[in-house]
Amino acid sequence: MADGNAVKIDYFGSLTAGLWRENPTFRLLIGMCPPLAVTTAVKPALTMGLSVIFVLVCSNIVISLMRNLLKPHLRIIMFCLSIATFVTICDLYLRAFAPRMSEILGAYVPLIIVNCIIIFRAEACASKSNVWVSALDGIGSGTGFTIALCILAGIREILASGKIWDYQVMPHGFVPWAAMQMPVGAFVLLGLLLGLAAIITAKKD
Amino acid sequence: MDRAYILIMAFLSVVIVNNFVFTKFLGTCPYLGVSGRLDTAFGMGLAVTFVTALSGILTWLVDAYVLVPLHLTITRYICYIIIIAGAVQLVEMYVKKFFPPLYKSFGIFLPLISTNCVILGICLFINIWGTNNLLEVAVLSTGAGIGFTVAICIMAAIRENMTMIDVPESLKGAPITLITAGLLTLAFMGFTGMIR
Repeated sequence: MADGNAVKIDYFGSLTAGLWRENPTFRLLIGMCPPLAVTTAVKPALTMGLSVIFVLVCSNIVISLMRNLLKPHLRIIMFCLSIATFVTICDLYLRAFAPRMSEILGAYVPLIIVNCIIIFRAEACASKSNVWVSALDGIGSGTGFTIALCILAGIREILASGKIWDYQVMPHGFVPWAAMQMPVGAFVLLGLLLGLAAIITAKKD
Repeated sequence: MDRAYILIMAFLSVVIVNNFVFTKFLGTCPYLGVSGRLDTAFGMGLAVTFVTALSGILTWLVDAYVLVPLHLTITRYICYIIIIAGAVQLVEMYVKKFFPPLYKSFGIFLPLISTNCVILGICLFINIWGTNNLLEVAVLSTGAGIGFTVAICIMAAIRENMTMIDVPESLKGAPITLITAGLLTLAFMGFTGMIR
């Protein structure tokens, strides 16, 4: 690869890395609580994904801006503080403009603070690279995470109720799988999807 | 007598019936990461229990006596995370000084306890449940940690035996652990409805 293109490739690479190569849920196995907890239906999953994108991009930008001021032993706590600030903004916004969604998501919105994805991206990318790369990286990882959430939620919602986003998709005689709505459905389905991801990775290599 | 009964019920409820790992999916990352060996899992569970008990009580006290009277509840999450990070730092220094081998086997997961969802989770749920009595808070937060320890120890014991099983290539590692966890939640669901 020519040296002149290196910068350009870097930008594009940091945007697309999160989609599959470094997909937080399927490849890195970090931030596993929301994929299990909020995926009973697509709507809450999408809300969760968008909140995570917002927090991830904002905190990546802030951390990237102050990366030269960080002391090693205070690093994690500074990450947590900036993340907590943005999560508070997000939580208040949801409470004001989407009260029903906020009720469904409940404690899982504030739990974004301790979502490993955000700390991991802050540590792996934002504390080392410039603002643009960090912001693109945040968008990429967040989108990858949202897609993973939506796939999981889509499958669970269809099998548990025969509907997706309030549209009936299954034929009339379909018997809903109650198990898909319960924790067991979340765990087993995510396990099977991870197995599928492993097969795809093995084929690609 | 009545109070003791309520406390015992609350404890059983948070350890078994409403186990944080199995019904609320909190703490799934260390649950998958550290459950390879029973002794490490047990150590991790104890560290988490200690931090949950400490931070559950501290966050409740700060919430009830500082944030609510001063109308600062908007900074609740930020205060919680500072308290938790402080408690984790304390445990980390203690383990590093007195149990060096345990410290080594934890590796990266010890500082990551501060980002363990169980801990922030119990602080938030205590707030949501509206618990207003210090003893109850102490019982609930200790119970949440013990529930996590129970869950991770069961999983570690199963995984130690799983080395002898012929698992399909693609399901090795995390996927089979998740599926096993799913079956465990099914077992724990037998307890639902017993209390609350």
